[in-house]
Amino acid sequence: MLFLRRTLPLIIAFVLGCTAISLYYIPHSMAQGLERELSRWDLIVAAFAIFLGIHSLLALHGSRVRRQQAGWGYSLLVYIGFAVMLSFAIYNDGRGPLNPQAETGPFQWLFLNVQVPADATMFSILAFFIASAAYRTFRARSPEAAILLISAVVVMLGRVPIGAFISDLIPQAAQWLMAFPNLAAKRGILLGVSLGAIATSLRIIFGIERSYLGGGDE
Amino acid sequence: MKWLILLLLAGLSPAAAQPPPAHVRAFDTPSDAGGSITLTWRRNDAVSSYRIVIAKSPDGPFHPAADVSAAANLMADEPAIFGHGAETQAHHFVHIRSYPDPADASKQIALENDKPYYFQVAAGASPAGATVQAAAHGNLFNRAKLNNFILALVFSVIILSFIRMARRRELSIRRIAGLEALDEALGRATEMGKPVLFAHGLNPMGHVSTIAAVNILGRVARRTADYDTALRVACCDAVVMAVSQEVVKESYLEAGRPDAYTEDMVFLAATEQFSYAAAVEGMMVRERPAANIMMGYFYAEALLLAETGASTGAIQIAGTDSYTQLPFFITTCDYTLMGEELYAASAYLSKEPRLLGSLKGQDAGKAVVLAVILLGTLLSTLGSQTLTYLFTAY
Repeated sequence: MLFLRRTLPLIIAFVLGCTAISLYYIPHSMAQGLERELSRWDLIVAAFAIFLGIHSLLALHGSRVRRQQAGWGYSLLVYIGFAVMLSFAIYNDGRGPLNPQAETGPFQWLFLNVQVPADATMFSILAFFIASAAYRTFRARSPEAAILLISAVVVMLGRVPIGAFISDLIPQAAQWLMAFPNLAAKRGILLGVSLGAIATSLRIIFGIERSYLGGGDE
Repeated sequence: MKWLILLLLAGLSPAAAQPPPAHVRAFDTPSDAGGSITLTWRRNDAVSSYRIVIAKSPDGPFHPAADVSAAANLMADEPAIFGHGAETQAHHFVHIRSYPDPADASKQIALENDKPYYFQVAAGASPAGATVQAAAHGNLFNRAKLNNFILALVFSVIILSFIRMARRRELSIRRIAGLEALDEALGRATEMGKPVLFAHGLNPMGHVSTIAAVNILGRVARRTADYDTALRVACCDAVVMAVSQEVVKESYLEAGRPDAYTEDMVFLAATEQFSYAAAVEGMMVRERPAANIMMGYFYAEALLLAETGASTGAIQIAGTDSYTQLPFFITTCDYTLMGEELYAASAYLSKEPRLLGSLKGQDAGKAVVLAVILLGTLLSTLGSQTLTYLFTAY
């Protein structure tokens, strides 16, 4: 049992980890074929996992409706939305479920007129959240916060016509801030991230990091 | 005078014969999957185009394979194959992967692997030169990625050396405030009797940031099991959800609390970005978790989640390698793990010597990169591009 729960996953992680790294450096058509095959397996696993996801989603909202928890009406809406979209997906504008999804019909209409505007609404809230977060952050309570405040004001003014109207130096200063201090910091973070990714991959491939199997490292 | 005019006309005539290109070479295109042969020849400034013909036998018949403009196709255009030497400006190249079917010019015949093909190169409509031969093969190593391979090898050796070293002696690691605060956040949730919310970004399981997030989830779940605190893990991907369920279940089992684990601890909130954000925000507002832990790769939903979480008064610990979202987390969260700290978190929390050794290895790798950057800046200032070429990605 321990072999199945611990040793086998570690062997699979080691073999597939080494294979994936090798495939990156091998251009041979056989290697590319294997890569395509592994991607196909990934898609098949993901397709089966969707059923688990649907089960999880419906079970979660089902329990909320049963217990009549706060906001259970929204959970009911999840069921209604799921049933309606599934019915229209099967109906497929009269073509049936075995044909590719039609680009017209009620399924597409609901997607374009409900899902897309709802997504856009959520995205637009971001503007207000940026304003409120910026208000909290840009208070010059420390020298670092003051530098942040000045930089932010310069960059914001440099990106709009009024900045150039006030002074030609403002867009230039904004450009300098973006091209030098900002880019240097960004690259520093990226270098650290790349090394971190290598270290994490090595820890997993060599079985040193096992917390993805759950629990500790024993 | 008449002789002079005739001489000029002969010189301007498009039919003026040009000598065939010199130094013609044919070889298997390196670092490819096969089915391609590369031809190179010396540049001649008096020629405007070149004609390549192909045959399956040295005696022909030769068929047109390609017409190459002399204005382009210099070897310098493909440094991944030909490097950066001065000779790359003096030679043309062409990759031949197929040629028009002599019976039907609308169709192309692809080159076959391990089969000899014969080529001649001519300047414009002039007679072709000597015949060269080559066969295409699939290659086992992409030479263009040699620098990448060596670097990966060097960093791997450094990291593995430090892991080995950590077995023998204790290594000191710098303090990461965000991770030190994790116990405080979980303790607060326990005292308040409120749940801990964990979100691991939008990326699927194949991304290292998501794997790092799942590793952290394992450590967090072990602690919530010990403290008997409710844990809620909101996923955006079904595979991530399935893996996270197993990780949390195993953690509760190891903590001796398998009874405390329930399936609905880890759930699929939504599969679309903003639907996911709306679902998690709704949960933050309704259930008021005492601690929000956001680890992984986030996109535009980062600020939506973190700002809503901040408005509920929860302790927020975020970690991401997405540098575009880092400012949002820094402004709205109590603690933020920046970039590599996300990858270090699991090792840091475990306090396991070998894992801590890998963190030390990361730091040594950074020192190497810094030294190379300084050396490269110095060499570049002095006019040498050698180091820049060595570190160019193709």
